This record gives sequence, structure tokens and C-alpha cells, in this order.
Amino acid sequence: MSDLHAAIERTFRDEHGRVLAGLIGNFGDFDVAEDALQDACVLALKQWPQSGIPANPAAWLTSVAKRRAIDRHRRDQNFTRQQAVIHGEMGYDQTSTPEAEAEHALEDTIPDERLKLMFTCCHPALAVDAQVALMLKSLCGLTIEETARAFMVTPVTMAQRIARAKHKIRDARIPYSVPAPELLPERLTAVMAAIYLIFNEGYAATSGDSLIRHELCDEAIRLGAFLCETLPQDAPIAAEPYGLLALMLLHHARTPARQDATGGLVRLKDQDRTRWDHTLIARGTALLDRAIALGRRGPYQLQAAISALHCEARAYADTDWPQIVGLYGALLEMHPSPVVALNHAIASGEAFGPQAGLALLSELAEALNAYAPYHLAVADCLRRTGDNVSAHHCYQKAHALAGNAREKAFIRSQMTSAAPE
Amino acid sequence: MKYMLLIYGREDRNLSEAEVGAEMQAYFALNTELATRGALVAGEALMPVSTATTVRVRGGEALVTDGPFAETHEVLGGYYVVDAPDLDAAIAIAKKIPGALDGSVEVRPLVVFG
Repeated sequence: MSDLHAAIERTFRDEHGRVLAGLIGNFGDFDVAEDALQDACVLALKQWPQSGIPANPAAWLTSVAKRRAIDRHRRDQNFTRQQAVIHGEMGYDQTSTPEAEAEHALEDTIPDERLKLMFTCCHPALAVDAQVALMLKSLCGLTIEETARAFMVTPVTMAQRIARAKHKIRDARIPYSVPAPELLPERLTAVMAAIYLIFNEGYAATSGDSLIRHELCDEAIRLGAFLCETLPQDAPIAAEPYGLLALMLLHHARTPARQDATGGLVRLKDQDRTRWDHTLIARGTALLDRAIALGRRGPYQLQAAISALHCEARAYADTDWPQIVGLYGALLEMHPSPVVALNHAIASGEAFGPQAGLALLSELAEALNAYAPYHLAVADCLRRTGDNVSAHHCYQKAHALAGNAREKAFIRSQMTSAAPE
Repeated sequence: MKYMLLIYGREDRNLSEAEVGAEMQAYFALNTELATRGALVAGEALMPVSTATTVRVRGGEALVTDGPFAETHEVLGGYYVVDAPDLDAAIAIAKKIPGALDGSVEVRPLVVFG
């Protein structure tokens, strides 16, 4: 692929969300907007290699896409689509030539409607897996194939999932707007949950195509950054979005040290901290400070604060565990869940000794009996008390429950080093 | 756009007379509000499911049976048809239906023919 061609592809990707959001706003229909953008990209691939990438590619694509939509659907038999195009045509000068349009577009700034699109994609009337798929497809410009690969489903399944969601948006008339103030907190929570799900899909999973997974983290960070830039600056409602972005940046900063040369998972304890991305850590902590200053505490800020404490410790032994225990305690109060309780117990074990950890862990035995990380945590505490026989037994349980080969390999390595004499 | 709001709930709630009265008042208030806003297209309460008859036509033959005898605890007890600009507006109305407090309300857009 030539450099120019790669630059064109990159431009398509970068401008996709913004142009598509504008076109959906214009036509009120996802399919019409997507077809039109597709047509505009085809034309761009023909013209840009000669003319160069225009100064304002988003405006160029928008202008051409609108014209193409009209050409394509003038003879369309589908009533709804035709209506959408007619609706979008209003106020559009049909007498100008495409060249004049494109020329005109150079000075035009197209309105940024991505926030509306974000709220539509994450409407609670849509299933969460559909919300995530729609965001990746429409806002991030991932293909059906890429989205399918990221979530380990077939492209056919993913295409159906997206088509169903788009039909529901159209047929049930899910609004294309930023929700009214009284709905905003609730809907913002849904948007943040979808973004964090995308991030975690890229960050936490240890199987699958690593390239696409890395891309998911980047896209989630881009979406989070966009959300933060678009919301009223330093308004109390922005506190959690800032917290979410800070959390993702701080997690992502540790990515370079999370895998060893063979692709195995490296635990926090064993990571080479010089390989962490300190620029990202600085950005994340600065953003977290800004969020906390807004005085509206929430779960993303608490998790980001925990992550920041890990990032600030020069060595594992320097970690401020008592403060982390306090933060997990606050998180547990806000969102009681066995997994948060597990982390709280592990942190307590680090802060106040393995007996303290074991005492808290024993309360979770029933809830987390089928969860490998629970047995791993118990094994680690037991080992620290010197009870290698019981530890070995727990490592075996964890090994049996572990979901993938990398996790199993890691547990085996722990088991060997803790083998009873 | 028209939406049907299907109100599902339990029939074995054993409400006191005062509770039934309060619920009726809440429904009347909602009816007035929707009618004033021009959002009310229709709305009715249904007789208990024990009065229901099910009709199926199979191979030209009408099969009429007692029921439905669904084992589910929540049954269709009433409905509204409302005119709302979009799903959020329809959901906002659904949230106000007293039946949503102890049952559930299903929001379904109506098909527009033509």
C-alpha cells in the first residue's frame, strides 16, 4: 500500500464518526447515511490520489455523500429511505455542481453531532452488546469483520446484531439527540459503561487477536476523550467521564509491561515499572485531579485513584496499600459486588498481612467458588502464612477453573514455586 | 408516532379498598394529563385473564379455547395508545403508569401502513 493510500485510509477512519454522525442527523436514517458515506469514500479513492487529500476531508466527504444519497435514492423504491433522503434534501442547493460543492465545503465547518450519535448508540432500549457494536462500527469506523473479530463472533452474527439494532432505532424511533437534563445522568452512565466495556474487552482478555484488542483500547480512549471534550468543561456531570478517561489512561500506561517476551501475562508485582508509559500516567493523574476537584465522587474516579496509586509506586513494595484498601472500601459501598470485595480482600492482605486477607476472603467463599482468581488469591495468602500444603490445594482449584491457556500457565508457574517440600 | 403501552401485572395482588382507590386516582390523573397534552389516543383496562378466550385459525378451522393459561404471574391488564414524538417521550409516559410500580409496561411502536 502506498503512503498516500495509507493516508487516505487513515483519513477515512479518523473522519468516519464525525461525517457519519452529521449524515445521520441530516437524513435521519443510519442505512441511508452509511450508503452515502460509502459512495463518497469510493469517489475519494478515485479522486484524492490525483488531487491530494482535501484540506477539510470531513466537509468534502459530507458534501459528496449528500449529493450521492440524493442520486442514489431518487429512484429508490423503499418509501422510508426515500422519505429520509427527501427530508435531508431540504435546504440543499441542487443546482450546484459537485466541484462547486466540494469547493464550498472547504470553508464549511460541519456541525459535530457525534455526541448525539453516542447517546443513540447507547440507548438503554438496545442490548449492551449491540450498543458496543454500533459504537465501534459507526463512531470508530471499524468494519463488521473487525468488530466481529474483537468480540469473537462470526461476521454474519455481528452484521445481524448491528442490523437489528439499526432497525430498532428507526422503527421504535430512538431519538437522535443529547438527552434532556433530567435523563442525562442516567444516559451518561450507559455511554460510559459501553466505552469501558470496549476498553476492557481490549485490555482484560488474554486470548484472541492481539492487534485488534490493542485497537479496542485505543478506540475506547478516543471515545472517552471525545466525551470529555464535548461535555461542558468542568461541570459536575463531567466528573465521572474524566474519571473514566483517567482510569483507561492509567491502565493503558501499564500495557507495555503486562506481557513477557512469550506473550505470557506478567503480574503487577513482577512488572518492570520502567516500561510503563509515564507520559500517559501524568495525563491520567492530572485528569483524575481535575475530576476530583469537581466534588462529585463516583466509581470510575475511585478505580482511577486506585490505579494512580499503583502507577505512583516506584516498586511493588512501595505501594500505598492502606489507602488502596480505603478506596476499595468506598467502591464496595457504592457498588457492592463480589469481585470488588475480592480486590478489597487482596489489598487488605497486602496492607495488613495474609491473615487479614484470609479473614475477608473466607466471607466470599460461597459467592466466588467458581472464580479462578478467588482461589488464586486464597492460595497466595496461604502461601504467605507458610501453609504450602493448603496453598497448593487452592492453586489446583484455580488451575481447574482458569479460562484460558495463558492463565493456566501462569497458575502452574505459581504452583511450582510454592510446591510443598 | 404512536406507541402502545402494554401494562402487565399480577392479578393476585389482594389490594385493600383504599389501595385500589388510590391506584384508580393515579390512573385518572394520568389520563387527564395525557388528554390535556393531546398525547392520549386510547386506553382501557382489561377484565381478568380468567374471562379471556383465545382464537386460532388452523387449516381454515377456527379453534376457540378458554385461556390463555400462561403460567406466568404477570398478565396483560390494560393498555394505552399514546402519541409521542420519540421513544424517550413514550418511555417518559410509561414511567408514570401506576402499573409500572409493581408490574411492567412494554412499549411497542405501532405499525404505520401506507
